[in-house]
Amino acid sequence: MADAVNCVKVGIADMNIVKDSDTITTIGLGSCVGIAIRDTMLKIGGLVHVMLPDSTAVSSNQNIAKFADTGIPELVSRMEKMGCKKSRMEAKIAGGAQMFAFQNKTELLGIGQRNVEASKAALKKLGIPLKAEDCGENYGRTVVYYPQTGDYEIKAVGKTPKMI
Amino acid sequence: MDKPINVSEMGDQYFDVLKEIGNIGAGNATTALSQMMGCKVDMAVPKVNLMEFKEVGTTMGGEDQIVAGIYLVVEGDINGSIMFMQKKESARHMVSKLMGMEITGEDFTEMEASALKEIGNIIAGAYLNSLSTLTNLTIYPSVPELCIDMAGAILSVPAIEFGAVGDKMLLIQTDFTDDMDLSGYFILVPDETSYSKILTALGF
Repeated sequence: MADAVNCVKVGIADMNIVKDSDTITTIGLGSCVGIAIRDTMLKIGGLVHVMLPDSTAVSSNQNIAKFADTGIPELVSRMEKMGCKKSRMEAKIAGGAQMFAFQNKTELLGIGQRNVEASKAALKKLGIPLKAEDCGENYGRTVVYYPQTGDYEIKAVGKTPKMI
Repeated sequence: MDKPINVSEMGDQYFDVLKEIGNIGAGNATTALSQMMGCKVDMAVPKVNLMEFKEVGTTMGGEDQIVAGIYLVVEGDINGSIMFMQKKESARHMVSKLMGMEITGEDFTEMEASALKEIGNIIAGAYLNSLSTLTNLTIYPSVPELCIDMAGAILSVPAIEFGAVGDKMLLIQTDFTDDMDLSGYFILVPDETSYSKILTALGF
């Protein structure tokens, strides 16, 4: 099955949308968060890979896909332009790890956790239910989203892949 | 007055200076490594690249490439962090040379991880030393922390710090060679005011 479908790649601070039976992936989520959203009827799904929680906290905020507070609403509005309805949307999130032990000593206090919180807040504001999450810990994740079923596959180094 | 500097607007001259710092630093590191590993180590001229976040993962052979990242927080006149990354195979090779024995297990033992941190410490220290000497600024690195994971996940740590400043990050690639190729990548992330300090100290 993996060969027949097209798998679209999303980079860091990037987003994309797929339809039909295509899947969408982002490789190596560290402290970043990958937010997957789909329209449960049209089976159109999108993925945004955000790096920072808050666009208002920094001066260089032109890339809206970089921030949870701007990236998520932008993905939703792009999906709406393709005919998706917010009322039929559901979301799953993964990432927000703390890669290095002393990362919390710097001013970027628990950036992974703050990314997760900001992502949840943005989804709540849009009224999109969060169906599942796999966040935190201290390891990187590669994710694959299947908008047909809503499955979100999580792969990590030295761990068995799992579906949420 | 210190003004924030846009990394993407920096000229060639600035990169040449960073390259030269990288060169001197890598030279010091090569000497230290050679003494430690007890063999001849060669190095190539470092490559300095300013790249988009999206391109960074592919540089090291794909975002899912398993790499070892050694990360140090920097304080003093310059605040920020420095990271030294290398492919897991290179790291394994260096550690086995350093400890004088083959590494058998898939994962590093505590002792091997500690040796790897020390390698990162020496290399980052050598780089910071040349930066400190050239700029006459005081730089104190912290204890190194190690993480072995997907390149994308490890790179996201400095990328996030850069993310607060701009959309691109500065990557310094240094190739060491003994009997195998040992590529290493440096990422130096000074905070916004430290950039100005480095530039001013270098006479820009």
